[in-house]
Amino acid sequence: MIAKLTPPLALAALLLAWEAAVALLKIPPAQLPAPSVIVATLFANAPQLLGAAATTLSEALQALALAGAGGVALALLFSWSPMLERAFLPVAVALQVTPLIAVAPLLLIYLEPRAAVLACAVLVAFFPILSNAAAGLKAADRGLVELFRLKGASPADILFRLRLPSALPSIFTGLRIGAGLALIGAVAAELAAGAAGQGEGLAFRIVEAGYRLKIPMMYAAVVLLCLCGLALYGAFAGLDRILLRRWRDGAED
Amino acid sequence: MTAPLLTLINLSLTFPGRAAPALSGVDLVVQRGETLCLLGPSGCGKSTLLRLVAGFATPTAGAISWAGQKPEIGFVFQEPNLMPWADVADNVALPLRLAGMGRRAAAPLVEAALARVGLAGQERALPRQLSGGMKMRVSLARALVDEPEVLLLDEPFASLDEITRWELNDALQSLRGGVTILFVTHSVFEAAYLADRVALLRANPGKIHALVTLDKASASGAALRASPEYAKTCATLSEGLRQAMMPT
Ligand SMILES: Nc1ncnc2c1ncn2[C@@H]1O[C@H](COP(=O)(O)OP(=O)(O)O)[C@@H](O)[C@H]1O
Ligand SMILES: [Mg+2]
Repeated sequence: MIAKLTPPLALAALLLAWEAAVALLKIPPAQLPAPSVIVATLFANAPQLLGAAATTLSEALQALALAGAGGVALALLFSWSPMLERAFLPVAVALQVTPLIAVAPLLLIYLEPRAAVLACAVLVAFFPILSNAAAGLKAADRGLVELFRLKGASPADILFRLRLPSALPSIFTGLRIGAGLALIGAVAAELAAGAAGQGEGLAFRIVEAGYRLKIPMMYAAVVLLCLCGLALYGAFAGLDRILLRRWRDGAED
Repeated sequence: MTAPLLTLINLSLTFPGRAAPALSGVDLVVQRGETLCLLGPSGCGKSTLLRLVAGFATPTAGAISWAGQKPEIGFVFQEPNLMPWADVADNVALPLRLAGMGRRAAAPLVEAALARVGLAGQERALPRQLSGGMKMRVSLARALVDEPEVLLLDEPFASLDEITRWELNDALQSLRGGVTILFVTHSVFEAAYLADRVALLRANPGKIHALVTLDKASASGAALRASPEYAKTCATLSEGLRQAMMPT
């Protein structure tokens, strides 16, 4: 009970300290707005900000869907053909260690701002999904693989009836990591596109508010981005608990 | 009425990158319907021998020959190796489903197999809801469901507690009729209880040290465990195992 209450209490304490510091030191909102001002700004600009949040969130989710489908498909292909995996895994690793956010400006040269944002988010989310899925497909119970072979299973049987279901928890972990990264990728590309793009996402609102020195507005947009990230994380944690209950060890809950 | 089902001739296997062979020159004839225990210290090649017979590995030299076609084989590993996403019925049905049988057609066979291992009515349970002993029973039912002629078991009950182990040995005893069983164990008592014959293996390199034919009392269960024949068999096997573990 106490353990459950500590995080919200800690957050409340931080916000209170922030509010008090701003009031006592008489910091103007244009330098550091108090939490109450940020919340007021949020409510005052709710339609505009929520619309922007919906845009960014939907970009991230579209990117996640594409990266998820692509990453899992490629992992299945690698599992099917170890030769392909040997050939392409070094490339995948090299791309994984590259901070792909840095390619956002490059993407903006070739693509429409919309498409560039999507492409950047897909790129950033893709590799954790691929590597988690590939590892999961490999980790299937060796005894079961042998049993499948003993009973005359085809390679397709082994892949789709054994390796794929065995890998679902890993694939889900990859998707959860990928969801957060897709959001980061989308935001990074929106920032890179800046005022030049006709973007309508939250990051674009931050850039725009920055130009106009509307500091509380910038904070409000950042708070909404944080909430978007939390929502994505919570949604995947919940889905994981519901869909993968059978995979998890332990007593019935 | 003995008829050989399986003949191993000069069977040898050296794993790649290993100097010493894991198995070297194993000759063995397995009779149809018998229970043959492979008994030996850890690392003497028992699992390797069983995996060769199943076809999971290929010998470096020698031959495995079956009387007639290679029969249907049921295999039980040391771990239950169940699919956690599938319920008990779907786990047991696996060999039937892989052979192309529909779920409907498999259901009565699954039910029968579960009844044979004492798990009647557990079709809808999930593996994670079962105790270690029950999971092993499911694994046994899966190995039996397509009526294999040969059952290969690799220390299947080694990680269970003593009482559960006895129960499962009894379950195995009761379903022997007709099936040829190769049972790997490092337990003298398990071998003495289950086997018609025991192949004592020695390590470095793995080979058969001695073949012992057991005097079986007709009794089973507690009566067999209390019988003088059983005690004598345990003593014989222990002495054999001791000799098998002495350096050459
Ligand atoms: N896949 C493998 N690769 C290399 N060596 C192996 C492999 N499997 C088993 N061995 C070696 O072969 C020997 C026999 O192993 P195993 O058949 O598992 O023995 P047992 O089942 O009697 O304990 C051991 O020395 C073991 O280390
Ligand atoms: Mg072994």
